[in-house]
Amino acid sequence: MSETQDYKYIGTRSIRPDGFEKVTGKANYGADLSLPGMIWGKMLRSPHAHAVIKRIDTSKAEALRGVMAITTFADFPSVSVEAIASGEGTVDSLDLARNIMANGKVLYHGHAILGIAATSEIIAEQALDLVEIDYELLPPVMDIRDAIAEGATVLHDDMFTEGLAEKPAVASNIASRADFKKGDIEAGFAAADVIVEREFYTPTVHQGYIEPHACVARYDEDGQSMIWCSTQGHFDVRASVAKLLSMSLNKIKVVASEIGGGFGGKTTVYCEPVALILSRKSGRPVKMVMNREEVFKASGPGSATRCKVKVGAKNDGTITAMQGELYYEAGAFKGSPARLGGMCIFTPYDVDNLQVACYDVVVNKPKVAAYRAPGAPQAAFAGEMVVSEIAEKLKKDPIDLRIQNAALEGTKTIYGPNLKSIGLVECLQAAKNSPHYQQALAEDQGRGVASGFWFNIGGQSSATINMNPDGTATIVEGSPDIGGSRASMQLMAAEELGIAAELIKPIIADTENIGYNQSTGGSRTTFATGMAVIHAAQDVVRQMKERAASLWNVTIDQVAWADGVAINSHGEERLSAAQICAGADRTGGPISGQGNINARGAGPSFAVHVCDVEVDTETGKVDVIRYTAVQDAGKAIHPSYVEGQYQGGAAQGIGWALNEEYVYGEDGLLQNPGFLDYRIPLASDLPMIDAIIVEVPNAFHPYGVRGVGESGIIPPLAATGYAVSDAIKAPITDLPCSPPNVFKAIQGR
Amino acid sequence: MAKVHIATSVNGEAVEFLCNPSDTLLDVLRNELQLTGTKEGCSSGDCGACSITLDERLVCSCLVLAAEAEGSEIGTIEGVADKEQLHIIQQKFLEHAALQCGICTPGLVVSTQAMLKEMPNPTEQQARLFLAGNLCRCTGYDKIIRAVMDAAETMRASDKTNKNASVSTSDRGGL
Amino acid sequence: MAIANYKVPQSIDEAVQLLASSDGACKVLAGGTDLIIQSKAQSDAPLQVVDIKKIEGMVSAELDAQGLTLGPAMNCAEFTARKDIGALYPGLVEAAYLIGSSQVQGRCSVGGNLCNASPAADTIPALIANGANCIIQGPAGQRTVAAEDFVTGVGKNCMQQGELLKTISIAAPAARTSDAYLRFIPRTEMDIAVAGAAVSLTLDESGICTAARVAIGAVATTALLVPSAAAALIGSAIDSTALEAAAAAVSAAATPISDRRGTAEFRRHVVGVLVKRAAVIAAQRVTGEKGE
Repeated sequence: MSETQDYKYIGTRSIRPDGFEKVTGKANYGADLSLPGMIWGKMLRSPHAHAVIKRIDTSKAEALRGVMAITTFADFPSVSVEAIASGEGTVDSLDLARNIMANGKVLYHGHAILGIAATSEIIAEQALDLVEIDYELLPPVMDIRDAIAEGATVLHDDMFTEGLAEKPAVASNIASRADFKKGDIEAGFAAADVIVEREFYTPTVHQGYIEPHACVARYDEDGQSMIWCSTQGHFDVRASVAKLLSMSLNKIKVVASEIGGGFGGKTTVYCEPVALILSRKSGRPVKMVMNREEVFKASGPGSATRCKVKVGAKNDGTITAMQGELYYEAGAFKGSPARLGGMCIFTPYDVDNLQVACYDVVVNKPKVAAYRAPGAPQAAFAGEMVVSEIAEKLKKDPIDLRIQNAALEGTKTIYGPNLKSIGLVECLQAAKNSPHYQQALAEDQGRGVASGFWFNIGGQSSATINMNPDGTATIVEGSPDIGGSRASMQLMAAEELGIAAELIKPIIADTENIGYNQSTGGSRTTFATGMAVIHAAQDVVRQMKERAASLWNVTIDQVAWADGVAINSHGEERLSAAQICAGADRTGGPISGQGNINARGAGPSFAVHVCDVEVDTETGKVDVIRYTAVQDAGKAIHPSYVEGQYQGGAAQGIGWALNEEYVYGEDGLLQNPGFLDYRIPLASDLPMIDAIIVEVPNAFHPYGVRGVGESGIIPPLAATGYAVSDAIKAPITDLPCSPPNVFKAIQGR
Repeated sequence: MAKVHIATSVNGEAVEFLCNPSDTLLDVLRNELQLTGTKEGCSSGDCGACSITLDERLVCSCLVLAAEAEGSEIGTIEGVADKEQLHIIQQKFLEHAALQCGICTPGLVVSTQAMLKEMPNPTEQQARLFLAGNLCRCTGYDKIIRAVMDAAETMRASDKTNKNASVSTSDRGGL
Repeated sequence: MAIANYKVPQSIDEAVQLLASSDGACKVLAGGTDLIIQSKAQSDAPLQVVDIKKIEGMVSAELDAQGLTLGPAMNCAEFTARKDIGALYPGLVEAAYLIGSSQVQGRCSVGGNLCNASPAADTIPALIANGANCIIQGPAGQRTVAAEDFVTGVGKNCMQQGELLKTISIAAPAARTSDAYLRFIPRTEMDIAVAGAAVSLTLDESGICTAARVAIGAVATTALLVPSAAAALIGSAIDSTALEAAAAAVSAAATPISDRRGTAEFRRHVVGVLVKRAAVIAAQRVTGEKGE
């Protein structure tokens, strides 16, 4: 498909097919299912940040009338260290098990210890109060600097830093180190006229999905199990549960409910394995729903980081060297996205000399989970702040400096491959030409510009398109819909089949009703599942042409297909899809197309954001007064939902920059596990967010699609942070730019 | 702890239930009455996902005891559309793509309906402030506010057409 | 404390009787926006709640020549919609309007905000600045306590077991008097006040301040009446010197803590900024009324 092609359905702003049930409250999310005989499960959670469990006595809880089952880590069959798929990466299954229920040691405030199922929520909660546990408290390690210091309390005495030339003799809190380089960093700095070096801090943040984790699990005879849960990847849930409970995959059916937000945080499991064990032990379906406090205390946040960045440039604006030392908090178990941050931080630049060291550090906080372009926002905050400062020192426009040094097709990345066709320069230019950028600033106002890169992934998807005798169709796919992807599947199928989108119903099947699908994440759904749907549609078209050919007694290459109609190119005959389907029984049986793919060729999406703020210099309060988000979508299948991704990512990034942070006491206890004091942006905190879609097609997708879900959260941290520093004329290095922090920076001028 | 018997009305229908004194109206709506359109996001009144009307007053159902509902009229998301006929607000949300995951949508629809009853002609800023108690994490609010403003305009126009204008005498926006 | 019992008295005497005779924990339920959240904190101790919203006078407000008689359980959405009350006490009404979201406004009340006695409560500084009186009914009869004496500590008020707040009474303001309340929060809504300031002042015909009351919130264990700040304004034309002096006075009177919402140093500074701004707004409301 050429990029100048006019599409009939692609690029239109259709009404999403699942819209009616969403606006009427009929759509069923994780907590909305009830089953006959269902009982309630609750988790007992650690009141301490770091402690050894000396004794657990559940006898009083067991004796409480209505308590039907109790489970601990001991109920996991032996779990070994082995990587299982989780979101865009993998997770160590022993770590996963120990995170789901503590094994002898609690490693963060809120760490789950055991699960109790009872006939009512109230009884389950009363039972939790009756459990007696003796702890031996250990000093909490709450900050990277404390974690890596000489003589630090070590969380895991079997943690020896991986990725070093020699395995260390002594255990530490550094799980691993990863190094990347390109060219000669020393020579690069030697050639620079101007060098800026800064150290940055970003706090622990949460994805902030409004729907807490929820599941219902039912363990039937012979181990046949059903799990209904709110998840981004029900096949990953199946795999994780199977691994943790030593069950075969065919015994577990996972049904993905509608999902009320995930952003990466729902690509792992918390309650699901526990609920299934409780169901097995009690003989009843078990419902487990996290409350908001539990979501904050115990579900994976995004890593806090300390990043040092040094950039050198010539006076003419050529950047000669970019260097980073990135420390990321993994929480209680290894696995922060430090490495991914290192791969992304300098990728928007075509610079010869790069070097990054990435450290994965454990601390007594919840085990981190993916958060939208995991690793990239924190690193990009540091990198982009320094690049903008270089621009200011050289008295160059910050967009011009970025254009001058922009990565292009063929630029070699720090992690190895050359970039293929990309749209970074186009995004920078669109930002520069935007009405926003032309607008002058007033007193106490500041502007920040930042760019961001995310690889995007392809991966495995499976889709079926079943044609009905009346010519309508069902798309059976397996990607939980977190942002309107069903609408895009409908449009892509309509375009291929040539029939109206409203005649096509997309559904998200459970793990027994569709082939394997990797989770919804990594900005892969419209790209990879879209391709599977396109292949399924092409398969349907081929079959319909075959049926027409057999009816007309011609060969298939004589049959053309246009606008949903089979055309005999050597004659007059025509048959619509509806007609072919109506007669399908007589021409060979049901018409059903299949698309199975391990999609390669995901095109990265670059994003460039511009943020204007106004600061009340007497109080440090920051108002975002104008915001523009530019991003390359390759081809926007449904422009409204593409814009929605840009705007949503921007809002999360603005919150990250301004007010969001986990607040811990000296005792390691989380002080703000709720939406009152974990302050995500409100409707009144934000202006309209101008979303500009750039389309530089990705040659590896039939319509040119690039995933767009993640890149939008990468630029806002620096776009907003730099705008604040521009407004107050003082450097900003620590997030969030909350009023006390900004006021302090103003006073420090 | 004996259960309390409550007689109330939900979306115009008479309803009775038994509840614990500690149950919130949110608990009862979802678990006893199986009206799961009202969502639980935080149970502390900070997110608005549980928004309902109680005697025509917009409230968080997580901050009302079920026992307090005796003799009241409760309005939930299930009562906004007229069977298959969506309310203008719901229609505009779909047209403007003002939802992505949709979990905040029922609360926003109920809140928007309540807002437009007392403030039929809000400015963008007034709408944003009124709806500040409805958190959304997916959309950044842009398309939501566009949908709300469009719904307001459409409803004002159709009120004029129906000669059914009910001018609000308490335009709170001036405060 | 889990709510174990729910009672709905039909009269104030019945309510007093329930509160006085309760063996265990017993609390008044007005809007419930604080109580319901607090009751979920884990504990075995059962709580009896006494819903006062059916008692005559509890959810209504009367305004006459003598002033305002406010039912403590009147929800803020209704209260703040009263233009007549807002014309006389704009600062009190704007303070009440700031509590929580639109949804919370549908339930929360000035009386509940006062009795809950959070150090950061929004209405308390405004009540104090307006010289509000709290009429308390108990087993021994009725008594009156000034708003600035009603709250005694963090989450504590002066009422004994068996007593409940019957009315909040505010005298009609003198001519050329107005008030304002400002609070500082990191976002634009929803947050608990990091600092709050209420100013009521009276100006004579030439714009000189002849009377003032200044109260601050969220910067001490209770809201504070700060006479020295009022003294700095009295006799002045609400000029920048007087404002700076008032700001210094409240910063000195404040004893803020550092917590997840702000540092002590930040709060001490911001409360001064708010007092200046609130005083200017109150003065503008006075002169604006006269169309100058």
